[in-house]
Amino acid sequence: MVLTVEGVSKHYETADGQVQVLSGVSLTLAPGESLALTGESGSGKSTLLHLSAGLDTADAGQIVIGGTSLSRLDDAGRAALRRVRIGLVFQHYNLIPSLNAGANLAFQARLAGRHDPDWAAYLADALGLASLLHRYPEQLSGGQQQRVAIGRALAVRPDLILADEPTGNLDEATGDTVLALMLSLVAEAKAALLMVTHSERLAARLDRRLHLAGGRILS
Amino acid sequence: MIRTALTALLSHWRRHPMQLAMLLLGLALATALWSGVQAINAEARAAYDRAATILGQDRLDRLEPASGTSLTTADFAALRQAGWPVSPVLEGRTVTGLRVLGVEPLTLPRDAATAGLPGLSSDRLTDFLRGRIALVAAETLARPEVAAALEGVAATAAPDLPPMTILADIGLAERLLDRPGEISAFLIDPSRPLPGPVPIGLTLQAPAADDGLARLTGSFHLNLTAFGVLAFAVGLFIVHAAIGLAFEQRRGVMRTLRALGVPAWTLAALVMAELLALALIAGLIGVGLGYALAAALLPDVAATLGGLYGAAVPGTLELRPGWTLAGLAMAAGGTLAAGAQGIWQLMRLPPLASAAPQAWAAATATTRRWQALAGLALLLATVLALVAGTGLWTGFAVLAGLLLGAALILPAALAAGLAAVAKRAKGVLAQWFWADARHQIPGLSLALMALLLALAANVGVGTMVASFRATFTGWLDQRLASELYLTAGSPAEAAALRAWITPRVDAVLPIVFAEVPLSGQPGEVFGVADHATYRDHWPLLSALPDVWDLLARGEAALINEQLARRAGLDLGMILDLPGGPLPVAGVYSDYGNPAPQVMLGFDTFTRRFPDVEVTRFALRLPSADAESFATRIRQEFALPDTALIDQAGIKAFSLKVFERTFAVTGALNVLTLGVAATAILTSLLTLADRRLPQLAPVWAMGLTRRRLALLDLARTLVLALGTAVLALPLGLALAWVLLAVVNVEAFGWRLPMKAFPGDWLKLAVTALVAALGAGLIPALRLMRRQPAELMRVFANER
Repeated sequence: MVLTVEGVSKHYETADGQVQVLSGVSLTLAPGESLALTGESGSGKSTLLHLSAGLDTADAGQIVIGGTSLSRLDDAGRAALRRVRIGLVFQHYNLIPSLNAGANLAFQARLAGRHDPDWAAYLADALGLASLLHRYPEQLSGGQQQRVAIGRALAVRPDLILADEPTGNLDEATGDTVLALMLSLVAEAKAALLMVTHSERLAARLDRRLHLAGGRILS
Repeated sequence: MIRTALTALLSHWRRHPMQLAMLLLGLALATALWSGVQAINAEARAAYDRAATILGQDRLDRLEPASGTSLTTADFAALRQAGWPVSPVLEGRTVTGLRVLGVEPLTLPRDAATAGLPGLSSDRLTDFLRGRIALVAAETLARPEVAAALEGVAATAAPDLPPMTILADIGLAERLLDRPGEISAFLIDPSRPLPGPVPIGLTLQAPAADDGLARLTGSFHLNLTAFGVLAFAVGLFIVHAAIGLAFEQRRGVMRTLRALGVPAWTLAALVMAELLALALIAGLIGVGLGYALAAALLPDVAATLGGLYGAAVPGTLELRPGWTLAGLAMAAGGTLAAGAQGIWQLMRLPPLASAAPQAWAAATATTRRWQALAGLALLLATVLALVAGTGLWTGFAVLAGLLLGAALILPAALAAGLAAVAKRAKGVLAQWFWADARHQIPGLSLALMALLLALAANVGVGTMVASFRATFTGWLDQRLASELYLTAGSPAEAAALRAWITPRVDAVLPIVFAEVPLSGQPGEVFGVADHATYRDHWPLLSALPDVWDLLARGEAALINEQLARRAGLDLGMILDLPGGPLPVAGVYSDYGNPAPQVMLGFDTFTRRFPDVEVTRFALRLPSADAESFATRIRQEFALPDTALIDQAGIKAFSLKVFERTFAVTGALNVLTLGVAATAILTSLLTLADRRLPQLAPVWAMGLTRRRLALLDLARTLVLALGTAVLALPLGLALAWVLLAVVNVEAFGWRLPMKAFPGDWLKLAVTALVAALGAGLIPALRLMRRQPAELMRVFANER
């Protein structure tokens, strides 16, 4: 399995007291498989995604990525794992404003020491970014920025892509185009995809689908 | 409506206490430095005013002796018999530096009365006339010099007297000054008519608005004020940054308030009132800090003014309404100036304006280019002012133009430098590091400008002081070539000392001088013996080939640099002197003395000033014997310590005066640098939240928070170092202007500029330390950020 989540729980302290976000969540994701995670706002989708990326630690349960348990890694270990084996795509793109599109696209791959100029050029071409690589994020449209973010996640040739509502900020037509591109490239890269989405329509285009409600998986 | 709108606006500060603290801190520091300097100036000016009004100098005509002569009690008697309504005054200084004023209370004009002086009907008049009581300035009543000078005399406090001044009956003054029968001048009673023309040998002096101290010390105070303005300007960078950010962050609230029906002008008025209230709070804190600063620096300033100009300034500070209110006004004015742009934008804010941040400090490349062009134009104008202008104000205008021009160029210069480095960077992190550093410039530009000004001022003043110190020490060695300097208590004692000493040393060189107006200012004429001591050592800046022969033959005079510059005199030109004009044969450096000075051969001097007695001597003997010989003279003649000073003692004293002179500028320099570091800290802290969206993705892609924090700190250091690199040429330019323009105008001497590469390294380290101090807290905060805070970046629109 690329990703194994077993009995993961997480709570947050807020001004109003403790909020249980996830309660004993379990799931698996095989290589090349795509999984949609749906649910209402506050159901714990993003939290589960963030825990899977090692951005935060679970209160209980364990998350294993490609045989490595995240709970056994310290902050630096989780960072290294994220750098090399995980590609992240965010709803708000979160490109680095000081770097141009080309540098943003290659950024993580170069951080991980896995930069392949041909693969990066291929991704840029496939994502329709070849003529935009010299532009800075502020000079790109939302759809273009999201395509750069997808390229950045794929450029490192990760085992696992974690996407948090990657088309949530785009209009329907652009969203469809971007998702289609992402799915084809994920398949080409032989990576597994875990995508958080609100949209039933988009979720239906992935291999599997899980629905979260109140911090538990319903289906 | 107003209350509701104000509550909404003020809630911002409750949620951003650090921003509020930085705004108040910046303004308080700026006000403190400005108020501190003004408090010192006000205290000194008050002391000059007291000195100027003493004995009605600012209101009464005086009869003074013609140059080189002195008056006696016989002159007084003759004038009174001729019907002149005059009262005698004896004025002088004791060997310990106390100013003694001797008056004759029975004939003293009413306008010359000083508070505390006994009235004619008073019982104390008898005691005063008999020399049993003397009046002393209240704040110096307890000084040991006063007690020593007035042994056996009751010292009474007189509030009107300036510090370190004794007012006594003329008989007691004669004793204290050891000048029996002498009179310095006559005060004329304005209520009575004058019997005829001014007698021969006397000159009628109109009352002076000041006693020359205010004029002499004006440049010194102007220098201090310039520092105060610079420090205030640096502090305003912090205020501008904090206010700018507050405007930006409240843009959404303001838009909403406008949409809900609050008129633009009401909103602007509320913001202005809010800023004024904050300015008042910060101003009060600043004035308090300024008082503490001035109280700490005043003893050094008082010592400088005493050592350099002979001005007596008390070492204690009064809280005066003038500078207190001026400090508050500066705080309010500065705050409004810093917030003017925001208020102007607020007035024009449409209700449907976007709430998205407009990058409050984000200068686009175009803006940066225009800014740099404006800076270049300003530098060009500065060079033109330097070529075309004259006077002290031109000097300060050039300094201001240089600083402002360079500050405007700084962001573009840093961006260009970082872009050049980024092009050569190999690794991805290095590329990101340089690109991100460049990206930070708009947000940090104001703080970096503040750092540039502080560092440049540091280099400029540091180079000036170090150049001065290097020149001054060499000059002291030349000027103080004799091993011992002897001052006799009276001409009789001088004669006895000379007779005893002459066979026991290599040479006894008499030193005589007279106070004479030179080029319209109070000056001194010295007479010196023809001796190798002067021929071999005297610090001549320029001279005719046979200068010493001309001087010895009485065919020429030497003048100090101050006189040469002020009177436009050069070698061969004719100098007007009492007893007839003489050509100038040489110009010598005379640092530490603001007054014009002339040197004549000893014989020429005694011919022109026959009444001047020889009481001072320079003694030449093997330097190894100086100490033991000094002890012998003291024992033989029971001389006080102050009568015989060795060369090392004078040098040590002169260097002490020198060091204290620059202690104040040094302290202000360090404080200005501290304010600049605070400006960086303020900017970094206020930008910290804005940085998160830029840093969180990099963290998500596999860089630890610790590494990100270290990189962020390194970025701050790089920007500070880049600023320091630009501050170096700017600082050297400032030093040149200070040495070649401001000092020449202010003090009358020009010093050679020397380079001190060791100090430049110190500058780089100082910049890094300031940046490290400012960057450490934000870096630690970044390192300790909870993942949840960083993850929120991915969920929220920023």
